[in-house]
Amino acid sequence: RRDVLVLTPWLAPIVWEGTFNRDILNAQYMQKNLVTGVATFAVKKYWFFVQGFMSSANKYFLAGHQVNFYLFTDNPDHISHLQMAPENNLFVIPVQNHSHWQDISMSRMDIIRRYIHSQFQYEVDYLYYIDIDVQLFEHIGVEIIDALVATISPWQYTTRRDSKPYETRTESQAAIPKGEGDFYYTASFYGGSVAEVYKLTRACFKGVMEDRENGIEARWHDESHLNRYLLYHKPTRLLSPEYYWDEEL
Amino acid sequence: RRQDVLTITPWLAPIIWEGTFNSEILDGAYRPLNLTIGVTAFAIGKYTRFVGRFLESAEKHFMKGYRVNYYIFTDNPETIPNVQLQPGRRFVIVPIKKYPSWQAISMRRMEAINKHIAETSHQEVDYLFCLDIDMVFYNSWGPETLGDTVAAIHPGYFNVPRSQFPYERRSSSAAYIPDGEGDFYYGGAVFGGLVKKVYEFTRTCHMTILTDKANEIMAAWQEESHLNRYFLSHKPSKVLSPEYLWDDRKPKPPEIHLIRFSKVDKNYKEIRD
Repeated sequence: RRDVLVLTPWLAPIVWEGTFNRDILNAQYMQKNLVTGVATFAVKKYWFFVQGFMSSANKYFLAGHQVNFYLFTDNPDHISHLQMAPENNLFVIPVQNHSHWQDISMSRMDIIRRYIHSQFQYEVDYLYYIDIDVQLFEHIGVEIIDALVATISPWQYTTRRDSKPYETRTESQAAIPKGEGDFYYTASFYGGSVAEVYKLTRACFKGVMEDRENGIEARWHDESHLNRYLLYHKPTRLLSPEYYWDEEL
Repeated sequence: RRQDVLTITPWLAPIIWEGTFNSEILDGAYRPLNLTIGVTAFAIGKYTRFVGRFLESAEKHFMKGYRVNYYIFTDNPETIPNVQLQPGRRFVIVPIKKYPSWQAISMRRMEAINKHIAETSHQEVDYLFCLDIDMVFYNSWGPETLGDTVAAIHPGYFNVPRSQFPYERRSSSAAYIPDGEGDFYYGGAVFGGLVKKVYEFTRTCHMTILTDKANEIMAAWQEESHLNRYFLSHKPSKVLSPEYLWDDRKPKPPEIHLIRFSKVDKNYKEIRD
């Protein structure tokens, strides 16, 4: 691929179709006997997306490898029987809902952090958060596996740094100084080793709480905090917008 | 960015070329880790004459601002010159015996490095590079080279089709690579990585070298053949472009913007006797 950037200035690969050979990567992954988890939330009306997400993820997400799906929901009864691939596991975890979607969005980070600490770290090596309202249309495989992985947001991929929608108000913990920032990452798909995801979620939630105490809310909520974290803790691998697209674009 | 060369392997290991990385960002990430980088180099027989230039140029260009330990393996400690080092950088002489032929000397490097890691350097360094001594640093060699397992593309074969790679082609050798297989032709003069990984790699290579010895076969390019066999099965996590392993005798092609580390021209007959 010569038409796109395949390596960041800090030498993290940017994963695009055509840059990798999945067979080689599968062989490496299987050698190490790794288990990967996916955390996702279906709160309030979002239970509607569960079926579509789970059936496409079972078919296309790390197909052939063991995946533990951790489905957080406020409505466990509404989750109809889901067909899982034989190598995968589903854990339905009840959570409380909040009145505002931004609160649900922001508290996700803390929930993930807590569950890594109490459970996930013993069950998986790598953990990815993915929004529930997505569907996979193509294979997403072990090319995503690395210590700290972020996805370039489809909206901002082609814009120059100055127009990326970072939080700029210095009162917010998510603030990124003008002119800085490598890429704009989406909060809809990120992950890495459980240790790194723990650190990321802890830092982001801390920023969220401090902002709340100071009466400010970041422009794009937890996504703003994520972007700030990743500016100062550079991802070891980036996923191109092929990995999280928006059909409205 | 570089569009004229391959900058990432099919297993998503970066290939390091000038223009692919930002040294400031990398230093910002690596310096705070307080790493110590080790270098092994073998100066046996007449090869001790290269030590001075190697070290002086390393002091100017190799991992500036980091702690460095140079381990010079030699059969002739008295001939090693005393080179002035920057603060935070150390020089250690490791005495070893001289083998009768240059091929044997070359092949026994793996064993010597492996033994030394187990006895000494695993406690002293985080990363270890194993370099040939008859080489000089001309430009910066920095943290862009650090990785779990690091190999360098041989300057003679980076632009050449795979069928022409001088892999060992006899199936009776433990270094055998069949036609149609192989990613790159890596040079034996540069390899490295986390000290633990270099330990594993040198142990395996030493084993395959001994296996060949027992079967009375010597691989086409000595331990370089075994190194290539190893890196085919255990793909490096980072690959250095030929900027990091050049040869002064070769004219510079357009893809090479910067020569960082290069083999000095010499009279092979005279020096290897």
